[in-house]
Amino acid sequence: MNAFSALLRRDLRLGFRQGIDALVVVLFFLAAGALFPFALGPEPQLLARIAAGIVMAMAALASLLSLDRLFATDLEDGSLDALALSPLSLELVALAKVLSHWLMTGLPLLVAAPVLGLLLNLPTALYPILLLSLLAVTPALSLLGGLGAALTLGARRGGLLLAFVILPLFIPILILGMGAVSASAQGTSPATALELLLALDLACLALVPWAMAMALRQVLR
Amino acid sequence: MGTKPRGIEQVLIAQDLACRRAERLLFRNLNFTLGSGQALLLRGPNGSGKSSLLRLLAGLLPPEEGTLSWRGRPVSTDRAQYRGDLAYLGHLDALKPQLLVRENLDFWAKLIGATVPVENALAKVGLTACAEFPAQQLSAGQRRRFGLARLLLKPVPIWLLDEPSTALDAAGQKLALDLIARHRAAGGLAVISSHDDLAIPQATSLQLGGGS
Repeated sequence: MNAFSALLRRDLRLGFRQGIDALVVVLFFLAAGALFPFALGPEPQLLARIAAGIVMAMAALASLLSLDRLFATDLEDGSLDALALSPLSLELVALAKVLSHWLMTGLPLLVAAPVLGLLLNLPTALYPILLLSLLAVTPALSLLGGLGAALTLGARRGGLLLAFVILPLFIPILILGMGAVSASAQGTSPATALELLLALDLACLALVPWAMAMALRQVLR
Repeated sequence: MGTKPRGIEQVLIAQDLACRRAERLLFRNLNFTLGSGQALLLRGPNGSGKSSLLRLLAGLLPPEEGTLSWRGRPVSTDRAQYRGDLAYLGHLDALKPQLLVRENLDFWAKLIGATVPVENALAKVGLTACAEFPAQQLSAGQRRRFGLARLLLKPVPIWLLDEPSTALDAAGQKLALDLIARHRAAGGLAVISSHDDLAIPQATSLQLGGGS
């Protein structure tokens, strides 16, 4: 566990030293989301109806931004070799990187979501369920995103490829996330959708690290 | 650097190793036996497979054919144990430019569970004065010295060094040779690739490439 937390702390420190990454993700999230009121015209009712969906979709897109560097820098400077030969298994190495991605993008997005909600005229009653839903959505985004980053590592135009590989996988997460919000908007219980999301999170947590490690071993050959 | 023998003798044996990279057979029928205190010097032109052989020995690259045994057992039976017995220095030094030199080494020390204090390792390679510099400011030779410092964090029996003397000045080269000699004197074994004539005493040479 010592080695795991050492890697996590190093990656967070690198993120903060760079400073820019988390900020860019949040700014993109807010700026891209804020385009919708202008593109759709001044219709507060329409905006209110689709605001939660916009927040969710923008969160998915924003979490893609920093993914292509998740393993790439460590591959380029030889760190990935040394990590693969360390006592920490490659599965846990990959998991630590995904966790740092969530802490540096998922968490800031969660904090910024109410601001975007405000810009989009999100009904007050929906704030709690939107945040709860995002709390369940973002870990799955980071885990599947990490899988995409590992699969496209070393490929030419890896960033673009990554988007093509990963966006289809994000669809079920978004459907469930929005399922919880719209159930709540219609006055029914969002429990089913949230439970399914949680199940998806746990399934990803159980399976994705192994898949990432297999992909990374191929790259290191 | 005490490398304690654990029961079975520390011998690294390669049997009929073959390595293929992208449809090209780099070498085949490669055999060697390397015991405690011995060194194997890999020679050959660029692209002859020296780095690939080192990656193969590190377990990063599976052999196309053949087996590698350590302490009398194929390494494929217990990869974690074998990994714990080796230190690999590739041609990159695993340095993060945004972190201080000391922070960089601190991280690797925590990751591998170092038994040697970071300060000592830095002192041995002559980087004490740069410990608080951002790694970005290091010269190529200083980066190589950092790579050597990483080897010193924890005494392990097997050293796999890919061009350890690249970019090093005369003093640095002497330092690298010195460290290798001390490692061998303590019972360690080393496989070293080099295209210049690294003066390693009593080393077995292995010529790669040239044929086929």
